[in-house]
Amino acid sequence: MATVAEQWVLVEMVQALYEAPAYHLILEGILILWIIRLLFSKTYKLQERSDLTVKEKEELIEEWQPEPLVPPVSKDHPALNYNIVSGPPSHNIVVNGKECINFASFNFLGLLDNPRLKAAALASLKKCGVGTCGPRGFYGTFDVHLDLEDRLAKFMKTEEAIIYSYGFATIASAIPAYSKRGDIVFVDKAACFAIQKGLQASRSDIKLFNHNDMDDLQRLLKEQEIEDQKNPRKARVTRRFIVVEGLYMNTGTICPLPELVKLKYRYKARIFLEESLSFGVLGEHGRGVTEHFGIDIDDIDLISANMENSLASIGGFCCGRSFVIDHQRLSGQGYCFSASLPPLLAAAAIEALNIMEENPGIFAVLKEKCKRIHKALQGISGLKVVGESISPAFHLQLEESTGCRERDVKLLQEIVTQCMDRGIALTLARYLEKEEKYLPPPSPQTP
Amino acid sequence: MRTEPGGCCCRRPVRANDCVANGEVRNGYVRSSAATAAAAASQIHHVTQNGGLYKRPFNEGFEETPMLVAVLTYVGYGVLTLFGYLRDFLRHWRIEKCHHATEREEQKDFVSLYQDFENFYTRNLYMRIRDNWNRPICSVPGARVDIMERQSHDYNWSFKYTGNVIKDVINMGSYNYLGFARNTGPCQEAAAKVLEEYGVGVCSTRQEIGNLDKHEELEKLVASFLGVEAAMTYGMGFATNSMNIPALVSKGCLILSDELNHASLVLGARLSGATIRVFKHNNMQSLEKLLKDAIVYGQPRTRRPWKKILILVEGIYSMEGSIVRLPEVIALKKKYKAYLYLDEAHSIGALGPTGRGVVDYFGLDPEDVDIMMGTFTKSFGASGGYIGGKKELIDYLRTHSHSAVYATSPSPPVVEQIVTSMKCIMGQDGTTLGKECIQQLAENVRYFRRRLKNMGFIIYGNEDSPVVPLMLYMPAKIGAFGREMLKRNIGVVVVGFPATPIIESRARFCLSAAHTKEMLDTALKEIDEVGDLLHLKYSRHRSVPLLDRPFDETTYEETED
Repeated sequence: MATVAEQWVLVEMVQALYEAPAYHLILEGILILWIIRLLFSKTYKLQERSDLTVKEKEELIEEWQPEPLVPPVSKDHPALNYNIVSGPPSHNIVVNGKECINFASFNFLGLLDNPRLKAAALASLKKCGVGTCGPRGFYGTFDVHLDLEDRLAKFMKTEEAIIYSYGFATIASAIPAYSKRGDIVFVDKAACFAIQKGLQASRSDIKLFNHNDMDDLQRLLKEQEIEDQKNPRKARVTRRFIVVEGLYMNTGTICPLPELVKLKYRYKARIFLEESLSFGVLGEHGRGVTEHFGIDIDDIDLISANMENSLASIGGFCCGRSFVIDHQRLSGQGYCFSASLPPLLAAAAIEALNIMEENPGIFAVLKEKCKRIHKALQGISGLKVVGESISPAFHLQLEESTGCRERDVKLLQEIVTQCMDRGIALTLARYLEKEEKYLPPPSPQTP
Repeated sequence: MRTEPGGCCCRRPVRANDCVANGEVRNGYVRSSAATAAAAASQIHHVTQNGGLYKRPFNEGFEETPMLVAVLTYVGYGVLTLFGYLRDFLRHWRIEKCHHATEREEQKDFVSLYQDFENFYTRNLYMRIRDNWNRPICSVPGARVDIMERQSHDYNWSFKYTGNVIKDVINMGSYNYLGFARNTGPCQEAAAKVLEEYGVGVCSTRQEIGNLDKHEELEKLVASFLGVEAAMTYGMGFATNSMNIPALVSKGCLILSDELNHASLVLGARLSGATIRVFKHNNMQSLEKLLKDAIVYGQPRTRRPWKKILILVEGIYSMEGSIVRLPEVIALKKKYKAYLYLDEAHSIGALGPTGRGVVDYFGLDPEDVDIMMGTFTKSFGASGGYIGGKKELIDYLRTHSHSAVYATSPSPPVVEQIVTSMKCIMGQDGTTLGKECIQQLAENVRYFRRRLKNMGFIIYGNEDSPVVPLMLYMPAKIGAFGREMLKRNIGVVVVGFPATPIIESRARFCLSAAHTKEMLDTALKEIDEVGDLLHLKYSRHRSVPLLDRPFDETTYEETED
């Protein structure tokens, strides 16, 4: 039946063709030819991309004017002319020709002009020369470096320590070695610039919490926990870190370490502790904020400090368990790609450690002196002291700001200059205004 | 990067014409004029522009990897990877003892700190040959050095010091180009005096109270050494780059950086927030194309014009031994109004008739380079970095550089070492010691490279660069070369992945003015022996050995135009 029906349809069609009026056939024919033409013709783009001619390109190149390489700096920029110190920067210092008592350098234990340090450095200079002429991997590792790493690890009672040749580069290389893109870092708002640069280099997610505010941190951690529950697969590979300083440079306060350790175990985040100011200052033997609070050092994953404050040398170190520290030997940028610490500086640091171990009484003396100065400066009208009473570095801020930062800075600079005229060397705390995330108010700083 | 087969000298046709015109023969190869004319015609505009820029012949070559060697290298890595997986498997199932440190018990449920795969290379390949790196020394890193002997009983997982010291190893690994790494002599005495007077540390930043009169003296000296208006010095070379590039460029600017730039330049560029585009190593056509496109098309998507364009190049690239094509870069920079940042970490003191670096080597004007950066670690035997340029630039850096505000200033005895050694190089201390060192280095470089090429090794880089990479290719030979050379009392540096591309592992020699001809001859003899032992003589273009010229002092002057 179907074939008959088909045949019938075909016959019908042919018949219809014969019977159709002429105009209809012609119209259909034209339409078919148009379709064939459209199919074979070139398509034109809807959006015209302007392809410039060579001449236009050359004109553009001629016209383009870059900005000047650096914007001009006004002659009376406060930071342009440095104070020139002639002679050794020890307790009595000659600044711009004036003799002052030095309240401006981070020489907490007074080891800058210690003769034993100088003798040790001199011995090393006579043996090994000044520079190391290579990074640690290529004949730049001296026996002094290995010694210093050993001594630091023993002193801090950790498994291993690693030395960097520059204090700033220590924490700025340590953080990106562990925390990568996609990891989460909880950091205090008052963290110093080196930590900020380390975080920027790591490309991780940064979550800031209010300075020393554990409730705020807990809130952030809880929020993160809720996020994790929504996406458990991602949570299993996202590392979490908390970065704090033992003694904050920008405020002179101590971080609440016991609460932090509790939060660490509850929310499974690792702690990186930056102890540049508190190493050699806090604690009975100078081991830093962990000794101050009596916390087991293994609870902190990484302690980083620089040797430029209490140890009166140059460079920095990180210490902790071998599991954590050994990784930096291959992936710490400031360690692998940079020349190692000159051996005379390492020898001076070892001698400073010797002195610290031999007289643990100096830490108590330092604390006493800090408390005394702190009390004595309390009553000054117009200025308030910011910082803990046992902190050797603290800020003097204006009680009432004049409203404009520049005027504040000028006023404080006046104070500093007047003090210098009277024989006390203070310094205005320096910040890069455009770069800091949270700018602390201007203040002279008295270490 | 790869030259055509049959040419291991200069790549540009014009060079051959120049050579023929001047009647010189470079390594026995002269390209036929017919071929060059055809090539030259197509690039006529570019070539004639650049032909006249070079006052001296520029000889750089990177010989192509022989095919068989490449295949065998891949096979080698394949075998190592398989074994790596096998060992990981055994370690996982505790059949083999696991040597590396593990996480604390209390923290086992934390998210793991390292990804397993990240460390695969470290665990399974690097560990096998780890004894070639981090060799501790206990003397001054001069031409001869004392290495502390260490042994490992568990296949390099841990080292024990036997207490013996391997004495007087010829040091071909330290960056001691002019031989200032000494523990006696005027530099050391001056540094000792300053140490007594000023102490070791500074404990403050430059902007606060750490700016000593010594630092001001050093900066004036560096500025006069380089021939620029002003200079500023920093405590660490790596930090100089990573802290000053962000101060100069920011978002909305463009950075054009060479493929093989050092990690500090890459980090500084990343931290600045500017857009980074990479051009092929030392390839001026690639750079020009990027510059043209950048100016014509502007920023991506918004099409706004770029605020500034900064070109980042190095004087000598330490892994390749190549020298930057500075005259062409400067010509491009002037044409397209970009700024040039030149990192002379390895070339300052080591190149040029007066030791002023790559600008001096090409006979150019230091004012043409906007920012001249360098380090004091290599040729001056100290540590630290500097930046030199116009006064406005340095004023700006004094106020806005991260290092000046937050990082400690350099230590006084180190500063004194730099001052004394720089004065010596400049001849200001009244002796000709500086000039002699520079000449000695240049002679050593030419002699060493020539002899190695004659022996049949593949050597990369420019003929005048004191960094000499010798290709090893296969992973097993990396370890073998390092160990064999140490057995023969010569300390070399071997490099593999990830510092170099995976199949191009190499041994790198750093020549020094402190190396005498006897030391070089001893080293060459041993390298010859080891090369035969390990079948390292891959080169298929054994150059026609030039008449064995006596090693005379006039060698340097002859080739200077």
